[in-house]
Amino acid sequence: MSDAISTAQPAGGSPKIASISEAVIRIAGNSQDGIQAIGGFLARLAGRSEQEVMTFMTIPATISGGPSIFQVRIGSGEVLSSGDEADVLLCFYQHSYEEHVGSLKKGGIVLYDSDHVTEIKPEWADKYHHVGVPISSRTVEAIGGTGKDKGKNIFSLGLIARMFDLNQPKLEKLITERFGGKDESIVKNALTCFHAGYSNQIQGLLETYRFADAQKKDRHQIVMNGNEALGYGLLAAGVRFGAGYPITPWSDIMELLRRELPKYGGTFVQTEDEIAAISMALGASWAGRVAVTGSSGPGISLKTEALGWAVMAEMPLVVVDVQRGGPSTGMPTNIEQSDLNIACFGGHGDSPRVVIAPANVEDCFYMAIEAVNIARKYSVPVIILSDQGIATRIEAFDEPNLEKVCQDISPDLTPVADHKPYDLTVPDGITRHVTPGTFVASGKYPVVTGLEHDELGHPTGSPKLHLAMNAKRRNKLRRLAAELPVPAVYGAKEGTVLMVGWGSTQGPIQEAVAKAREAGHAVSSIHLKHVNPLPNGLENIFAGFNHVIVVEMTDEGLYGHGQLASLLRGRYADPKIKAVTKADGLTWKVKDILDRVQAFLPTR
Amino acid sequence: MSSPAIPFEVLARTGKANATVALPTDAERKGLTKKEIAADHPTWCPGCGDFSVLALYYKLIEKRKMHHEKVTTVAGIGCSSRFPYFVQAHGAHFIHGRALAFASGVSLSRPDLHVFTFSGDGDAFSIGGNHFNHTARKNVKMTFIVMDNMVYGLTKKQTSPTSPIGFKSKTDTWGAVDRPINPIKQAIAAGATFVARTTHTNPNHLLQMMEAAMDHDGFSFIQCLSECVEFYAGAFDNSNPRKGGAFDLVPADHDVTDEYAAYRLADNIHPGKFGIFYKAPRPTKNALEAKINADARSKTGGLKDWQLLQKSFDRLK
Ligand SMILES: Cc1ncc(C[n+]2csc(CCOP(=O)(O)OP(=O)(O)O)c2C)c(N)n1
Ligand code: SF4
Ligand SMILES: [Mg+2]
Repeated sequence: MSDAISTAQPAGGSPKIASISEAVIRIAGNSQDGIQAIGGFLARLAGRSEQEVMTFMTIPATISGGPSIFQVRIGSGEVLSSGDEADVLLCFYQHSYEEHVGSLKKGGIVLYDSDHVTEIKPEWADKYHHVGVPISSRTVEAIGGTGKDKGKNIFSLGLIARMFDLNQPKLEKLITERFGGKDESIVKNALTCFHAGYSNQIQGLLETYRFADAQKKDRHQIVMNGNEALGYGLLAAGVRFGAGYPITPWSDIMELLRRELPKYGGTFVQTEDEIAAISMALGASWAGRVAVTGSSGPGISLKTEALGWAVMAEMPLVVVDVQRGGPSTGMPTNIEQSDLNIACFGGHGDSPRVVIAPANVEDCFYMAIEAVNIARKYSVPVIILSDQGIATRIEAFDEPNLEKVCQDISPDLTPVADHKPYDLTVPDGITRHVTPGTFVASGKYPVVTGLEHDELGHPTGSPKLHLAMNAKRRNKLRRLAAELPVPAVYGAKEGTVLMVGWGSTQGPIQEAVAKAREAGHAVSSIHLKHVNPLPNGLENIFAGFNHVIVVEMTDEGLYGHGQLASLLRGRYADPKIKAVTKADGLTWKVKDILDRVQAFLPTR
Repeated sequence: MSSPAIPFEVLARTGKANATVALPTDAERKGLTKKEIAADHPTWCPGCGDFSVLALYYKLIEKRKMHHEKVTTVAGIGCSSRFPYFVQAHGAHFIHGRALAFASGVSLSRPDLHVFTFSGDGDAFSIGGNHFNHTARKNVKMTFIVMDNMVYGLTKKQTSPTSPIGFKSKTDTWGAVDRPINPIKQAIAAGATFVARTTHTNPNHLLQMMEAAMDHDGFSFIQCLSECVEFYAGAFDNSNPRKGGAFDLVPADHDVTDEYAAYRLADNIHPGKFGIFYKAPRPTKNALEAKINADARSKTGGLKDWQLLQKSFDRLK
């Protein structure tokens, strides 16, 4: 909302109402305070009001306790990232205040729980506008002593609702939906908290705000996080079997599938480890329907041997990798893009596989379907590279037309005359397995195998066959590359710097492009959603720029290029491809990107 | 977000490269002959115990009039695990130690198939030990036959988890020192619902055990002694009457549902007893999951899949 905030106190009277186009609200507390719930309500409300919304959250690795934040950016126009700086910081404790006040823009509002935040630092008192509300004690007053920590999130939601003149009936409806179905008194308490917060006179607040009306969308918006979108996307794709082992941040997806699949007649198995999970999923894929497994961090490492089998046996499979900070146990609840190498190359031998990367929550839904269809069409394992950022952030997007996108991929058991799974003479060069249970009239039944094999799947040590089969496994992905869409250039098609990104950084990168162009720099960007194979034709895009700068969340590596830059340098042998990297476990800020690409821009 | 919807294509269900035919009727189908069941000539050393396991697997398919396409043969890695290539049936030669997990995926998604999984002692109890325990405990419906030669055959004579103390291998030239596992006890302790022991030198008994295992509704495990003539010749002479040994059956009065009695019976394993040690009914994971699904589907009111998903989405608005 930036310019809309003024720190001048209107003489006497009640706060005036300012119209704003967007706001970034950061809520900081401990993980048990239910601050995700506040964020969730705000995001959902924004979705229902057809506003754009994006959230960002950090969750502590510990089960309970430990600082946690949720940031939500709501806008009437296009919202690309969760915002570098916050307009409002709602903080529950002294530590949340001290830790996060730096995330506020100058002149921003600190809305603090005066029961816990007791010391306002003088150096911040001038810089930010401080507004104290005894949130904890007011909540206790509202619902009685039992609540204590419970309920202050909803009370705070009421405060925010008043401050931003949010749609009160819609929020009440959301609260009723969320807490409904449980004990009657829970809904009542929640609504009481909300009303207490809403009617609380905030002393010292200068203005309240109202979002400008958003443009009407064609379809309803739905609101969910990336993990949910991926899980539902897999259901829409027709996936009916999955197997996995718990690990953050992948677990949400397996929990969703375990809960939902039975309704669809499917099964998700929690296995003894990640190796069993991928093995079981491969068994189910072979048994006729593309199955899914997934993991994060070390669990992905465990899957690589079986993934190699899938490449060799040409077995369709979807593997979800929700990246987190590595190596080893690394930073379980932080963001990194450092699994690109293992996704594209992990494992022994030459093992071409497909890697695709959603750039936002909506992509998670559609690319889950795309992954299934690529796996089926090319008989190949497909890795979906998501990351902690997309996994946990909530976005609103146009509701998909489910009747149209949902597909049935149940196995086809029509008997065949004869069958060679690894037929080298089929025109498209692509393996098609017959499902067990399929009668083969010739009486010659195929074997799927990890040994190098002949056309029927029987082992061979023949150098000629090894060459031919390696070529078969590789060439089908070249075919796929030719089919992939070439990413659109954001900005002009020619200029000084082309930024290249992939995954969850699309928003900050595009925002950086917009800012740089405003400042008169010839900066553009492309965002890769297909990283292995790369789509054809990128070199033509690169040709229009002096510098191709990969912006990624990986370490700069031994040779000074991050993982994607190394891949692109290997592919295009073009020294103008360089990288700006960072691997601090945090997502890119627009400002950081701008600072880093500055070096490649002409000084003026 | 305002990103464009991703282009993707919904493929037709059938992607077959080959001509389709009609399925022969049951009347048209005579039982399979051994010739029709046998595929590649086995690559095993002459005299290897695994030959007889294979021969009796053919016999089982023949005798029980199984249909080609309904038999799935899954294996890990090892000499014994080459099985799928030698059988005309849908086969999967998976990776070392993980055949059970793979086979579980088949079993849990396709109740119409017979799932037979073959393994060696290293494959099953060493690298695959974790999967052995968990597949047994979950009681996934399938038959699991471990050809136990008490040595690593394929990799040429290293100590295996069942090698007896004192066995001289390339990795224990002075004789094995680590306590071997007892597969029967391990299976019982892990929760297998059918546990049997047999040997390649007694074909009738071997077939009998395979049949009983196949008929068991649950995870049925057979430890089949199978001599590696190359690296552990004579290992099982003491259970082979033709070599002066004794083939001792599990006593007729043994109560197969008595877990503790079964455990005690498995105490002595050189040469040990042969037959069914333990067999008890317990719901399979297949049945338990089917029940979860039936319960879940009974609440969906016959909605189509997309409508079910729509209901979930309606809550996310
Ligand atoms: C991950 C992995 N580690 C090691 C091997 C090498 N390897 C192949 S078979 C085998 C042991 C085979 O012994 P066993 O399972 O008893 O089967 P046998 O050959 O005796 O029938 C080993 C160690 C492998 N293929 N994969
Ligand atoms: S090495 Fe041993 S187990 Fe392997 S085929 Fe030869 S005899 Fe059989
Ligand atoms: Mg062995």
